[in-house]
Amino acid sequence: MSAESTELPPRRRRGNATFWLGLILVGVIVLAGIVSFFWTPYALSDMAGGRLEAPSAAHWAGTDRLGRDLFTQLMIGARIALIVGCGAVAIGAVIGVATGILAAFATRFLDDALAAFFDILIAFPTLLIAMLVVAAREEASLGTAILALGIGLSPIVGRITRILTKQVLGQDYITAARVSGTSWGAIVYWHILPNIVPFLGVNLALQFGLAVMAEASLSYLGLGAPPPNASWGRMLQEAQGTVYTAPWGAVLPGLALFALVIGINLLADGLRDRFDPARRDG
Amino acid sequence: MMGDLLTVRGLTLATPDKVLVEDLSFSIAPGERFGLIGESGSGKSLTSLAVTGLLEPSIRPAGSITLAGEEIIGAPEKRLVRMRGDAVATVFQEPLTALDPLMPLGRQIAGPVRRRLKRKGQDAGRAAVAREVQTLLEQVRLPEPERLIRSYPHEVSGGQRQRVAIAMALACQPRLLIADEPTTALDVTTQAEIVRLITALVEDLGIALLFISHDLAVVGQVAERVMVMRDGRSIETGPAQQVLTRPEDSYTRSLVAAARRFDQALEGQP
Ligand SMILES: Nc1ncnc2c1ncn2[C@@H]1O[C@H](COP(=O)(O)OP(=O)(O)O)[C@@H](O)[C@H]1O
Ligand SMILES: [Mg+2]
Repeated sequence: MSAESTELPPRRRRGNATFWLGLILVGVIVLAGIVSFFWTPYALSDMAGGRLEAPSAAHWAGTDRLGRDLFTQLMIGARIALIVGCGAVAIGAVIGVATGILAAFATRFLDDALAAFFDILIAFPTLLIAMLVVAAREEASLGTAILALGIGLSPIVGRITRILTKQVLGQDYITAARVSGTSWGAIVYWHILPNIVPFLGVNLALQFGLAVMAEASLSYLGLGAPPPNASWGRMLQEAQGTVYTAPWGAVLPGLALFALVIGINLLADGLRDRFDPARRDG
Repeated sequence: MMGDLLTVRGLTLATPDKVLVEDLSFSIAPGERFGLIGESGSGKSLTSLAVTGLLEPSIRPAGSITLAGEEIIGAPEKRLVRMRGDAVATVFQEPLTALDPLMPLGRQIAGPVRRRLKRKGQDAGRAAVAREVQTLLEQVRLPEPERLIRSYPHEVSGGQRQRVAIAMALACQPRLLIADEPTTALDVTTQAEIVRLITALVEDLGIALLFISHDLAVVGQVAERVMVMRDGRSIETGPAQQVLTRPEDSYTRSLVAAARRFDQALEGQP
């Protein structure tokens, strides 16, 4: 016991630094997204600024081609990125975890079929799935984008859930639970979910980052949320023509995207190091 | 025999390409302590899994296993779930892996307690369950129960973990307790304590015991009757005293002799 505890500090400190950096990055973006509901420096459609102004006291992040305030757009973009990330991950997690656990429990044939299905869907580009969903619903909206990205993520979550569940199912404590007469439903709820969540959580954080980036790509292609939704992807798209004359228009949403994706991953890593007692054991 | 709690008749366990256990027969009376001896790989664990209906699908059982009057082989999963815990509970070899690493120990014991109370239609509320968990912790003589129920498996010693596993098995109030090498993963002092604890508990509570071990000395301390297994077959069955001191079979004799030499070697250099 004492030998274990002497080995703890370095890992804790590393975990702490990652955790705090992630928390700050994500915290700033979440704060910006929440504040955008109540206050932005300008109205989104306010075109009173000069065209393509550099960052200044009046326009903290400069203005776009139409003279709209870019800082306002960045704040609204933060809100959209978070809604898209949470929504897509929630949909992907529900579908993926359910089918993944089903596959892990299934008999040979169904398990093989589901595993193959996951692999095929994963090989299918998420963007292509998203385009199909947008085409099927005949309109590009934020909801469509979230649904499409969630469906796109689900086989990735499903595959990792299946593997993690199979690992847990092979553990003695599952046999022990079964031998004391625990039903399968109770085993999934009490033993399997808690034991796959620490690993799944890190993967879901990664998926969150991918979803936010994929939404940016969709918006960039004109398949994301239509105006006046100012997503970071749309900002990138609109800034592409002026990237040499007014680089801040592309650089700032790009940085915001980068900060959110990195921040989420650091946060997930830090959280796992802090709260997973089995990992703390070394 | 009529009135036996567990009757195994002509049990054969085989995968498509190999026979793992062949034509095994034995029975355990209510409250009896029965020992299963055999080297590693002789089929002891598979036999215990067959009794609880937990064999992997790739292993096909043949013959008959009657537990508390009900046939196990071929029984639907639903009936097996009800019988497990009610008729039989198991303590495994490695308590670290037999406990959920992410669940506090108190909740792991509370699970089977709550299930039993519900099954018997008794009060399964928080307070009632907590009271029973407390009693169980006392029964398995775990110190500092308040700290322990909040601890995770990796935070307590191996012996304490095994006591928790025993408490979980007792929480079911089974009529048969299977202990599959319950002391093999523990150090010698702790081994002796756990063996004494299990023996005392099954005696006090009137539970029958199927004690599995490769260690003759340990089985000799616990069991009233023993069966010796080798390569999936039964070699010799009889009262523990007789089999372990005056074995009839040559294989058993060699086991006993080896165990004696080992003991003498230990005593020779303390
Ligand atoms: N799932 C399985 N498939 C095939 N063979 C198995 C399986 N499980 C165990 N065996 C084999 O059955 C034999 C008996 O195993 P076991 O009952 O675990 O022995 P032990 O007496 O040590 O408990 C061993 O030779 C083992 O390799
Ligand atoms: Mg074994």
